[in-house]
Amino acid sequence: MEGRELIPVNVITGFLGSGKTSLLRHLLAAPDFADCAVLINEFGEVGLDHRLVERVEGDLVLLQSGCICCTIRGDLSETIRALWGRRERGEVMPFRRLVIETTGLADPTPILATVMSERVICHHFRLGNVVTTVDAVNSASQRARQPEWLKQAAVADRLIVTKTDLAEPAALDTLQAELHAINPIAPLFLSANAPPAARELLAQDIFDPAGKSAEVRRWLAAEQAAGPAHAHRHDVTRHDGGIVSFTVSFAEPIDWGAFGIWLGMLVAAHGEAVLRVKGIIRVAGAETPVAVHAVQHLVHAPVHLDRWSDDDRLSRLTFIVRDLDPALVRRSLAAFCRLGL
Amino acid sequence: MCGLCGTLVGAEDWSGTAIGNEGATRRAARQRRVRLANQVLTHFGLRLDDWQGSAFLLSSRTGKTEMADSLLAVWRAGATICGCPLDPLDPSLIERLEALTPPPGAGA
Repeated sequence: MEGRELIPVNVITGFLGSGKTSLLRHLLAAPDFADCAVLINEFGEVGLDHRLVERVEGDLVLLQSGCICCTIRGDLSETIRALWGRRERGEVMPFRRLVIETTGLADPTPILATVMSERVICHHFRLGNVVTTVDAVNSASQRARQPEWLKQAAVADRLIVTKTDLAEPAALDTLQAELHAINPIAPLFLSANAPPAARELLAQDIFDPAGKSAEVRRWLAAEQAAGPAHAHRHDVTRHDGGIVSFTVSFAEPIDWGAFGIWLGMLVAAHGEAVLRVKGIIRVAGAETPVAVHAVQHLVHAPVHLDRWSDDDRLSRLTFIVRDLDPALVRRSLAAFCRLGL
Repeated sequence: MCGLCGTLVGAEDWSGTAIGNEGATRRAARQRRVRLANQVLTHFGLRLDDWQGSAFLLSSRTGKTEMADSLLAVWRAGATICGCPLDPLDPSLIERLEALTPPPGAGA
């Protein structure tokens, strides 16, 4: 898909009260991101969010019915298509980015699926970073009540812990460790009242030609920073909710055909359990690495990187899975790699 | 269109992208992919054939047949024929593949 001018779509997700709309206002205030179109949906008391966002310059399209994730994916699809039509006809500004704010209770995956899979939409748009806000004060109780919390953290490309000034330091440390355990590959930002720069959150994703190499370096750095457990091959970090993250490294080049068969079968058979796969592959016969990025059964087109960022040239894949045995996943991948020998 | 591998890919057919040493032409890469897939599919009693370079034909030993327009669709079609997912984590499949060649020295 490289070389095509597709409009990036960012998804901002996070629990109710975790600061999604405040973050959105901050992001849209950045001069470089003033030309964003924004989609939000109303859900219960999030009407207050609506009034706040209304003051933002630019286009705001409200999704009118219920929860964005499970009941109105069709609405979301139609809304994005209609928005594109209005852009093409010159009825709205020629926005260069689309931001979707989910409801607090949303499983964001169907939204990602809509952007990545709907035939018309994926002809004009591409998925950008998924930004997840996490409330430093209330996350423990939210996590206990709602399984979506784990899902929102697991699929994030950027994690922002909000209200850090109100949290106990020890609780904040625990939360950070927990988020690293759930999602070791997403850079984590702490935010009291000043969120990170918009560019760091929304842009610089794996499909940005100018930023893809830097993004992969961030993946690898975040994975290393997640702790010693992730610095070594095969180590596993377990988390409640059945979520496990682990990294697999291969020194030998991997046959792309064999890998494609394996990953395709894995997401077809276990897509619900494979929350995230991210990493780089040293492909047999290719000089430069290929980045791989999957969310459940959705696999992005592989991205060719310009160069290796280090000398070891290892294939490194980080998996975030639910109720799958890491040893079996690892053994299966190694076995499939024999197909191409 | 991918600038490096020169293959038109969509969100649905990422696995059809030829990269590295998969063959000099797209057709060669496709035939190679079918050959590799059959090493797996035989475990499930299935056989894959390329259909005029534009689709795949998946058949069971009892004659059940499904067409698939991409390799990703093959796994779904296989699940339809077999009545259960074609599971790459199936230990008996893994053992079968491990017996294919000597250990390659890759990570276990």
